[in-house]
Amino acid sequence: MADEKRVDPATGTEIKHHEWDGIQELDTPLPRWWLWTFYATILFAIGYTIAYPAWPMIDRATGGMLGWSSRGALEKELEARERQMAPIRLAIAETPITALPGRPQLMQAAVEGGRAAFRVHCVQCHGSGAAGSRGYPNLNDDDWLWGGDLIAIEKTITDGVRNPDHAATRTSLMPAFGKDQLLTLEQIDDVVAHVRVISGQDKRSAAAQRGARVFADNCAVCHGPAGEGNRAVGAPRLTDAIWLYGGDADTIRETVWNSRHGVMPRWNDKLDKATIRMLAAYVHSLGGGDAVPSVAGGGR
Amino acid sequence: MLAPTAPPSLYAKRKGVYPKAVNGFYRRLKWAVMAMTLAIYWGTPWIRWDRGPYAPDQAVLIDLAHRRFYMFAIEIWPQEFYYVAGLLIMAGIGLFLVTSAVGRAWCGYACPQTVWTDLYQHVERFIDGDRNAQLKLAKAPWGVRKLARRLVKWAVWLGIAFITGGAWIFYFADAPTLQHAFWIGTAPPVTYATVAILTATTFVLGGFMREQVCIYMCPWPRIQTAMLDEKSLVVTYKDWRGEQRGSLKKAEARPGSYGDCLDCNQCVAVCPTGIDIREGPQIGCITCALCIDACDKVMAQVGRPRGLIDYCTEESAQAERNGAEPQPAIRTLLRARTIAYFCIWSSVGLAMLFALGVRSRLDISAQQDRNPIFVRLSDGAIRNAYTVKLRNMEARPRTMEIGIAGAPAGRLWTEGGTRETAGATLRTSVPADSVARLRVFLLLPSAGPARQDFDFTVRATDREGGSAREPARFERPPA
Repeated sequence: MADEKRVDPATGTEIKHHEWDGIQELDTPLPRWWLWTFYATILFAIGYTIAYPAWPMIDRATGGMLGWSSRGALEKELEARERQMAPIRLAIAETPITALPGRPQLMQAAVEGGRAAFRVHCVQCHGSGAAGSRGYPNLNDDDWLWGGDLIAIEKTITDGVRNPDHAATRTSLMPAFGKDQLLTLEQIDDVVAHVRVISGQDKRSAAAQRGARVFADNCAVCHGPAGEGNRAVGAPRLTDAIWLYGGDADTIRETVWNSRHGVMPRWNDKLDKATIRMLAAYVHSLGGGDAVPSVAGGGR
Repeated sequence: MLAPTAPPSLYAKRKGVYPKAVNGFYRRLKWAVMAMTLAIYWGTPWIRWDRGPYAPDQAVLIDLAHRRFYMFAIEIWPQEFYYVAGLLIMAGIGLFLVTSAVGRAWCGYACPQTVWTDLYQHVERFIDGDRNAQLKLAKAPWGVRKLARRLVKWAVWLGIAFITGGAWIFYFADAPTLQHAFWIGTAPPVTYATVAILTATTFVLGGFMREQVCIYMCPWPRIQTAMLDEKSLVVTYKDWRGEQRGSLKKAEARPGSYGDCLDCNQCVAVCPTGIDIREGPQIGCITCALCIDACDKVMAQVGRPRGLIDYCTEESAQAERNGAEPQPAIRTLLRARTIAYFCIWSSVGLAMLFALGVRSRLDISAQQDRNPIFVRLSDGAIRNAYTVKLRNMEARPRTMEIGIAGAPAGRLWTEGGTRETAGATLRTSVPADSVARLRVFLLLPSAGPARQDFDFTVRATDREGGSAREPARFERPPA
């Protein structure tokens, strides 16, 4: 402790007792208002911790006099959002799906709402970009098992595919031609060769010619005489470039041998009408949707 | 020796500053600058500028809601924010230029704190009287008379603060509409909050804090003093001419031993920051030059040459001290450093003007969908999707035609359309002064490179035309 006070003659201010390279510091007092501002901030802080949750206790923090909480604020915001959305959802639920494209604003709201719902309910199988994967249809393309117009898509989402507990569900049953010994191994090889030809993947061969007869006898009833498919029974078109499980010979052979029975849940008991309609609008908007059968005629 | 008798407090009470009224060249200059800056501040939002039916007709408008900035014939979009960056660069270099030439002119004349403090001091003088009356009133005990005067003064200050804070909001919305809404109580809450806060800060900073803002709160004097050099004009007391100080009487009694300074303290009395310029350059000096006016008046009265306190460079002061002639002011204004600053400043400005002249009022950007990257359609053709944004930066709706260059076989369609309606181009109308967002599907045959570069093109189909391009990429599955 140095008692000796040194005062700077020019300013009359005391000089502090330290020095760096000949530079000394004046003990210049702070302005008084600065002190009061400091006190005011302390008072504000105390008031703030009383009004809002602040002090950590053993298992939780103090609640604050205003009863504010971040969770409560979030809930309020969500409620407000839902209230805001309610009339739009109602309008979507009440508008026949074929009339949606004629109301661009409603359609846009439906597509956006469907995009959000898709991320919650559909991405697990169809992928976040709706591109599907082996066994799960790509919803971006123009190949549809059960039809790609708005009504067909809505129906597929509503009732699902192959839900045994529900009568309205979409069902197609391809026989397991090999496992159930409906065809011989040679016949199956022949029909695979034929399918490879009609889908443009292989050149004509003797096996394929034999297979054409097998196809006509066993497959044409669902897949059509030329293999063009039938959406009424969910039979895939075999002449295009899109294969749900793969278009190579081994995969087609496996399909014919065992058959394939993909299942999609029935969403009617989990989602409300508006959400399903929004999902249908979104899926249809992905670029491969078929033209809507009738816009002017309204819904069914 | 100024030894303190009691232990000094850590906190200093504010010493009142009661600047005396003064008249002279620099005072008139300050009046002129004050009138000009206040007129600009209060008047600008009320200037109209016809932009047609699709854009606001306010000449200067910062439209935060729609992210537009209007300044007379210029309209700035968010992606053109570099103009604002350019203006900030110009402001920065302009500050170097002004400071290196004429010192802290900003502080003394144009700073809002200075302008409003000055305005408040005029009000104070009008109500309380000049310096001596103010000092007397400050010392007087609180009574009806003092309280009445204080209340009137504070009311006028508050009124000025209110129209000051109130004018700010007009830069952000249509002024006449907002003013009407403000008075009938339908303006957005943020306007009332803004006005309240700015009124309060103007009242406190202009009325009570005054020089405390300049000395303690403002970083500017530190920055500006760092930009001064020995060739910058600053307010200087010419001590070699003024010392030894002495009154007229003393000087008459012992001629020859006193300088020109009469120690009349007029320079201190008129100073709005309460400093004594005779102690040399200091941080409290805002170079407003009112002390020059005061001193010149006294010098004229006693028949001595003006300029005992004057704008002077340190170099010139040194020369004068050694008996040389003072340098002409033009030499300090035009020197390598200021000319270099001016060249940089004006080239930034010219570059911005050029960019403004040639900028396009139509723009396209395309973002490829990454999930999925491509889609194979049933006939084997490959489809890619893009989010295309069309910016129509003109104040009228325009019809635009999107096409592609570098992929002749491509066919385009957009959401709502189908492959059957696809064509080589897409046509869409973009509302005035806005962005249209389209999801564009592009179809190409499956044969081709895995990555094919092409350009999206957009062309306005109206008479004025205009076009833009955006490079894009088409992707196919690997063969």
